[in-house]
Amino acid sequence: MTYRARASPLHAARAAAALLWCLALVVAALVQSNPIVLGSVVLAILAGGVAAGVRRDLLRALRLALPLAITIAVINALVSRNGLTVIWRLGDLPVLGQTDVTLEATVYGGILGLRAAALVLCGALYTLAVDPDNVLRLFRRFSFRSALTATIATRLVPVLLRDSRRLAEAQRCRPGPPPGRLELMRATTAGVFDRSLDVAAALEVRGYGAARRPPRGSGAPWSRHDLAFAASGVAVIVVAVASRAAGLAPFTAYPSLRLGAGPGVWALAAALSLLALAPFADRRGIER
Amino acid sequence: MSIVEFESVTYRYPGRARPALDGVSLNIEPGQLVVIAGASGSGKSTLLRAVSGLVPHFHGGEFSGRVQVAGQDTRSSGPGELATEVGTLFQDPETQVVMGTVRAELAFPLENQGWGQAAIARGVEEAALALAIEGLLDRSTAELSGGELQRVALGATLAGRPKVVCLDEPTSQLDPVAGDELIGLLRRLNEDGDLTVLLAEHRLERCLGTADRVVAMSAGRVAFDGSPEGFLGWAMKTAPALATPGARLLSGLGLPPVPGVKRARSALRQRGLEPDSGSFSTRGKQKGSQSAQTALKFDRVWHEIKEGPAILRSLSLVAKNGERIALMGRNGAGKSTLLRHAAGLMKPTRGKIQTSGRVALLLQNPTDYLVHDTVAQEAPAAALKRFGLAGFESWHPRDLSGGEKQRLALAIVIGEDTPAVLALDEPTRGMDRHFKHELAELIKTIDATVIVATHDPEFAAAFADRVVLLADGRVIADGMTSEILSGGTYFATETARILGGAGGALLPEQGIALLASTPTATPA
Repeated sequence: MTYRARASPLHAARAAAALLWCLALVVAALVQSNPIVLGSVVLAILAGGVAAGVRRDLLRALRLALPLAITIAVINALVSRNGLTVIWRLGDLPVLGQTDVTLEATVYGGILGLRAAALVLCGALYTLAVDPDNVLRLFRRFSFRSALTATIATRLVPVLLRDSRRLAEAQRCRPGPPPGRLELMRATTAGVFDRSLDVAAALEVRGYGAARRPPRGSGAPWSRHDLAFAASGVAVIVVAVASRAAGLAPFTAYPSLRLGAGPGVWALAAALSLLALAPFADRRGIER
Repeated sequence: MSIVEFESVTYRYPGRARPALDGVSLNIEPGQLVVIAGASGSGKSTLLRAVSGLVPHFHGGEFSGRVQVAGQDTRSSGPGELATEVGTLFQDPETQVVMGTVRAELAFPLENQGWGQAAIARGVEEAALALAIEGLLDRSTAELSGGELQRVALGATLAGRPKVVCLDEPTSQLDPVAGDELIGLLRRLNEDGDLTVLLAEHRLERCLGTADRVVAMSAGRVAFDGSPEGFLGWAMKTAPALATPGARLLSGLGLPPVPGVKRARSALRQRGLEPDSGSFSTRGKQKGSQSAQTALKFDRVWHEIKEGPAILRSLSLVAKNGERIALMGRNGAGKSTLLRHAAGLMKPTRGKIQTSGRVALLLQNPTDYLVHDTVAQEAPAAALKRFGLAGFESWHPRDLSGGEKQRLALAIVIGEDTPAVLALDEPTRGMDRHFKHELAELIKTIDATVIVATHDPEFAAAFADRVVLLADGRVIADGMTSEILSGGTYFATETARILGGAGGALLPEQGIALLASTPTATPA
């Protein structure tokens, strides 16, 4: 799962705007607990992935996120001692002791799981749709060397993956019993060292050793997509935080469930989704 | 004023007894295209690394003398400072492309030099246009082929408009088409932009025709410095392993050697040594006869990647016992995939593969096989003896030379019992002519069907009795070596190109025999 330039409004937006938009969804998922609103955030992320042309990879991420969400929900249901409505008496369990599963702990576990799924999906969408080179360039203004170190590490990962695949193939070509894990690990480590030296030498001759801070100046002009995603990100953060502060979408799990599901909650859920997805409506100038 | 000056430079890598550069004095003038020739370990790469400042700043070691590049002393200016004047391109494109997209890769050296946004955008555009990679600008570097990656790396080398570029075997991983394109591109940049080019290469026949000057290295010293013609004359007398096939052909006919196919043809024409174009006949015969048993059979084999392209497309191929086959084709034609299928590392998505016994596969990088602490632990004693490694048992495998590592990897994959099929994937990558000759001779001694994927027509001509040409996962030509390697431009030996494919002569000795028997021949 890696970034690939595609023809989509999100891919066309500059890193700062796309990053802000992804962060806004993370903020919304973290501050909202109402399952209707939280569900709308998850749906917005999935719809955003579809609109950005990364549906297949995002679904792969969803397959990883779902077991994580279910695990979190089950653990919370088993270990939480809160809640009044007992739905399942499991009796005295090893390690856990006397265990009563409550409706409140189960629902709250589900909320935590949904939130975790939202964060995983948002991370995946960021990885798939935001150019890491541009993100690193963005951070070079603040910490040049750290950003570059991150670049090297990022670059070494696929190189080393290919190397390890090659090494494994070569060992399969040996007749007789395969070499032990220790030998393989030593060979791999030696390979990593050689490769990192090669990459370091390449960086040196590209001027890394004498790198200068780029001059401040006018960069590329903000495109319609830069503006749209930045505005969308700001709006999502403002609406999510303000609605939380105003208690527009109430949800309390303990001691007993209290869930706001009135028109205001549905309107908030719809507003967050629409605000997040609005920048995808404009598909002019997305081809690169 | 010279753009590169070496003054009595002696350099020793850390922990090495022998100097890699030994009293080198050399002046390179602006705008020259200089080919650096020499056997493996002769000091070519070290010479280039001294120009880029990696020696001594990056590698350490003992350095004496002085190197000046565009007026900067490399003792006080490191590779970072020199990067504004010197661009460097190494052999392996994978480790020198450091960013995620082509655009970011081209911009990277300019950002390091502190250029402004507008200047970077312009520099990237110009480098991309000069190398005809503008269509790749927004592609991920992870998706590019070897040839494309090497072009992008060259673009990053040239983006900052350096005065000097150092290229260390830039074509060693490229197919003949991409290799010739890269050399042509360098010549154009050298002529249009007054760029000084220092090019280290093993396949001299590929680049001598475009060179202004040749510097030959031997044991860290400058053994020859002069014109390409002078170099070929010197090589024929002093270092025959460095002489090109064309030079050997002309010398064998008593003519002074000249670089380049066109000039060699002209020299032959002037002496009336023109082979009869109608006398084409296939020479030699295939070793595996029709009645010989089948060692390997591909029956309409497909290899289709899920959500990706088909690498092999209904490929059928039969290799008989004892045949020596060269598998050729452009990068991405399916050669390596075919060999992996033969060895059972991959399974066909459709079709069948049959073998008469074990298939031993030597992959591209012999170092991948070396995982133990001593040579003795890597392969059985009999195999080590067979491949000339007796006496090396206590050595660490990584301390062996390139050729020795290759032989050790062969000993590992062959083991105690000779396999039915021996498959080698690009075994001559980055090897000098001496190693290639040694390997070709070694292959001939192995009593098995041998299939070698190679980009090197000279090597194929030296060992193979059959050539299979692949393109887009299919066999597009299959026949005797003399027939396939004399009938084209890219997949042809230099001798065949000089003679226009006449008589199916591939090697200089065959060409000499052919021309000597031509009725129009005028003795020199």
